[in-house]
Amino acid sequence: MPNTILHKAKLIPGQTSKLVIDAPLIAAKAKPGNFVILRVTDKGERIPLTIADVDAGAGTITIVYLVLGKTTALLEELDQGDDILDLCGPLGQPTHIEKCGTVICVGGGTGIAAMHHIAKGHHMAGNHVVAVIGARSKDLLLFHDELTAFCPEVLVSTDDGSFGHKGLVTEVLEDRLKSDDSVAEVVGIGPVPMMAAVAKTTKPFGVKTTVSLNSIMVDGIGMCGACRVTVGGEVKFACVDGPEFDGQQVDFMELRQRLASFRDQESISYEEYKKSHG
Amino acid sequence: MAEKKKKIIPKRIPMPNQSPGDRIRNFGEVALGYGREQAFAEAERCLQCKDPKCVAGCPVEVPIKDFIAKLQDQDIEGAYEVIKTTNSLPAVCGRVCPQEVQCEGQCIMGKKHQPVAIGRLERFVADEYMALSACDQITGKPECPLIDPDNKVACIGSGPSSLTCAGYLSSRGIKVSVFEALHEPGGVLVYGIPEFRLPKAIVRAEVEALKEQEVDIEVNMVGGKTIEVQDLFDQGYKAVFIGVGAGLPRFLGNEGENLIGVFSANEYLTRINLGRGYAFPEYDTPPFPGRNVAVIGGGNVAMDAARTALRLGADTVSIVYRRSQDEMPARKEELEHAIEEGVRLRCLCGPLAFIGDENGKLTGMRLQKMELGDPDDSGRCSPVCIEGAEEEIACDLAIMAVGTGPNRVMLEATPELGLNKWGYIVVNEETGETSIPNVFAGGDIVTGSATVISAMGAGRRAAKEIANRLLGTSD
Ligand SMILES: Cc1cc2nc3c(=O)[nH]c(=O)nc-3n(C[C@H](O)[C@H](O)[C@H](O)COP(=O)(O)OP(=O)(O)OC[C@H]3O[C@@H](n4cnc5c(N)ncnc54)[C@H](O)[C@@H]3O)c2cc1C
Ligand SMILES: Cc1cc2nc3c(=O)[nH]c(=O)nc-3n(C[C@H](O)[C@H](O)[C@H](O)COP(=O)(O)OP(=O)(O)OC[C@H]3O[C@@H](n4cnc5c(N)ncnc54)[C@H](O)[C@@H]3O)c2cc1C
Ligand code: FES
Repeated sequence: MPNTILHKAKLIPGQTSKLVIDAPLIAAKAKPGNFVILRVTDKGERIPLTIADVDAGAGTITIVYLVLGKTTALLEELDQGDDILDLCGPLGQPTHIEKCGTVICVGGGTGIAAMHHIAKGHHMAGNHVVAVIGARSKDLLLFHDELTAFCPEVLVSTDDGSFGHKGLVTEVLEDRLKSDDSVAEVVGIGPVPMMAAVAKTTKPFGVKTTVSLNSIMVDGIGMCGACRVTVGGEVKFACVDGPEFDGQQVDFMELRQRLASFRDQESISYEEYKKSHG
Repeated sequence: MAEKKKKIIPKRIPMPNQSPGDRIRNFGEVALGYGREQAFAEAERCLQCKDPKCVAGCPVEVPIKDFIAKLQDQDIEGAYEVIKTTNSLPAVCGRVCPQEVQCEGQCIMGKKHQPVAIGRLERFVADEYMALSACDQITGKPECPLIDPDNKVACIGSGPSSLTCAGYLSSRGIKVSVFEALHEPGGVLVYGIPEFRLPKAIVRAEVEALKEQEVDIEVNMVGGKTIEVQDLFDQGYKAVFIGVGAGLPRFLGNEGENLIGVFSANEYLTRINLGRGYAFPEYDTPPFPGRNVAVIGGGNVAMDAARTALRLGADTVSIVYRRSQDEMPARKEELEHAIEEGVRLRCLCGPLAFIGDENGKLTGMRLQKMELGDPDDSGRCSPVCIEGAEEEIACDLAIMAVGTGPNRVMLEATPELGLNKWGYIVVNEETGETSIPNVFAGGDIVTGSATVISAMGAGRRAAKEIANRLLGTSD
C-alpha cells in the first residue's frame, strides 16, 4: 500500500501542514473521531494523528499536524508524491453522533483540524453546529474557511485580537452558552489546558461535554497501556476506549504529567535531528 | 559407539553462553548454540527408547527420537526434514519452548541423570540449516506447489499461530494473506520476546520463507478496523483464521498506577523490541530509563523485562513476586540467567501502592509481605498476606508483568464471535472453528496467554481442517 501524499498544504509555514493521503481502505471506514498511527522512516516512531477529513469516494484521508519534535519534523520533510512508510487505521472509537439540536465545537490550535471532522459529522446528522475556534493570531488560525462552508456560526477568538474576540475561546464559549440554553453538547479539542478550561466553562451549564485526549500511544490497538487515562476514577485506554471522553470526568492533571514522560529523550531526538539537518 | 553409550552416561553438554558480565552490556543472544561436536556428542546421550516418552510431551509431536537418530548419524539435513514434518518454526521453538515441562520433562534420562538437551539440539539443527540457507534445497523450490489464487484464506494477526496456519496452507497450494495490525509481522516473537533470547533475524527468515510460498504479509491492517471478517468473505476468502493474541495488559488497580515510571511489560518491551528502543537515539522510539527497577510478576514476561532493564543500564533490578521462587512460572533457564546477570528476587511480596513526587514521577512502592498457604487451583502454594507486614522500597521504574487479557479490537468488531467467560474465543476443540462458520481461531486469543508451541499447534489444527474443506482431502 503506497499511502501516497496527493496534496500538501503548508497552513502555517514551518509549523503546521495538511496532507491529503491516498488511503482507500482507511477512507472507506473512517468516521469522525478516528485517528491513524503512522511511521515516517524505518527507524521511526509510531505517532497518532487525527483524521481531519475523509473523502471516501476519492479514497483519501486528510491529516493536519503541528511540527513539535522529530517525527513530525520528518513528516514535514515529505512532499506531494512521497509515500508514508506505515499508515494504520482508522483507530479509536468514532464520535458518538446523533441528531440532538445545537452542538458547539470548540477547537484550539491544531485541534481545530481534528474538530473539523467531528463538526462535519454533526452537521451531516442535521445538527446546528456552532464552531468556536481560537489561535494566538489571525495568521495562525486553521480551517476557518472549511468550517464556514457548513457551520451556520463560526465564532473566533485570538490572543492578540487580530481577528474576532480578543481573548480565549472559553470566553466566547461561555457567552454563547449564556445566550442559549438549548445547547445539547459541547465538543472541545485542543491543547490539554484548553480542554480542561472548556470542561470547567461548561460545568455550571450542565451541558454534555466531550473532549478528545491526545495521550502518548505506541500500538494504538489496546496492547500496551501507554495511553491510559483516568476518567471518572477509572483507568481507560484512550486508543480503544476513546480518544473521546466526558470532559467532566477526565483527570487532566494526570494527562498533562503523563505527556511529559519522555520529555528528555524527545529533546535528545529533536536536537540530534536538527544538528544533522542543519 | 552404540555399545559405549549404554555403560557410561555422559553429562549433558552445557550450552555455551555469553558470560553474564559481557551480556548485560549488549542485546546479543545469550545462548550461543551448540557447535557440531557438541551437538553430536549430546545426541549420543539419547537412548533411542523403544517407547519414547518425550514425544508425548511435545504439543506438536515432533518425532524427537527420529531426528536425534539422524543426528547420531551426523545427518543434519535428515534431522531437519524430520523436525519440519510437524514443526514449522524449529529455530524459534528450540529457543523459547519450556522444554523442562514438555519433551525434556518426560525424557527417561532425566529420571536419574539430566534429560537429553532436546531443545538445544532442535535449535542446532534449525540454525545449521538457516546458516547454510539450505531451506530451498529441502523444500525444493521447483517442487513447491502451485498456488491457486482463487482458493484463498486470510489470517488475522501474525504471531506463531497465524504463521503456522499460513505455512501449512500455502505448502498445500492455498493462497494465504496475513493481516497484521503492527508494522512488522511476528506477534510476540517480534514485539515481546527480546533480541537476546530470540534474534529478530530468525523471525524475519521464517516470514521470508512464507513469502517464498506466495503468502502475502500485509502490515498496518487492523482486523475489525481496516478490514472486517465480512469484508474478507466478500473479497472471496473462503476461510478466516483469527490469531490476534492476548496482549491486553493487566494492571492491579493499585494507587499510583498511572505515575510516570509505571509501565506494563508490554509497553516497556514493545518500545525496546518492536521500536528497537535499545538503539535509541539511532532509532526514534525512546525506552524508559530506570535506575532502580522493580518488575512485578514471575513469568517469562517478567524475566524478559528485568533482563532488558539491566541491559539498558539500570543500577538495580528486582523481581517482586508474591509466591516463592519455586512457584515462578518462568522457563527455568530464563530464571537462572536472570539471577546470574544480577537480577534480585524479592519473593513473597506484592505491590500495595505506588508513590510519586509532585511531578507525578514514580519514586517508590509500598509492598505487602506474604507467606505461602495451601495450594490453589493452579496447584501452586497460594500467597497469603501477612497482616500489617508492609515494606517500602525506592524505585523509579516499575514494570507490571502480571498477565494479559484478550486483544479487544477484533472481538468488539465481531460481536457474533462466541466468547467464554474470560472473553476468549470459543472454538471447536477438534477443528478450531468458532461460532461463525469458516472462521477459525487459535493461539492466545483462544487459550489466554500460553506458549509459542501451543499457539503453533492451534494454527496447525485449524489449517488442517481448512485444507480438508478447501481441497476435499482428509488429513
Ligand atoms: C489520538 C491522538 C490524535 C492526535 N492528533 C493530532 C493531530 O491531528 N495533529 C497533531 O499535530 N498532533 C496530534 N496528536 C499529537 C501527536 O501525536 C504528537 O504531537 C506527536 O506524537 C509528536 O511527535 P514528535 O516526534 O514530532 O514529537 P516528540 O518530540 O516526540 O513529542 C512532542 C510531544 O508530543 C507527545 N508525544 C510524543 N510521542 C507521542 C506518541 N507516540 N503518541 C502521542 N503523543 C506523543 C508528547 O506529549 C511529547 O511531549 C494526536 C495525539 C493523539 C493521541
Ligand atoms: C514477553 C513475553 C515472553 C514470552 N516468552 C515465551 C517463551 O519463552 N516461551 C513460550 O513458549 N512462550 C512465551 N511467551 C508466550 C508466547 O509468545 C505466546 O503464547 C504466543 O506468541 C502466542 O501466539 P499467537 O499466535 O496466539 O499470538 P501473538 O504472538 O500474541 O500475536 C498476535 C498478533 O496479532 C496482532 N493483532 C492483534 N490484534 C489484531 C487485529 N485486530 N488485527 C490484526 N492483527 C492483530 C498483534 O499485533 C500480534 O502481532 C511470551 C510472551 C511474552 C509477552
Ligand atoms: S496505545 Fe497501546 S494500549 Fe493504547
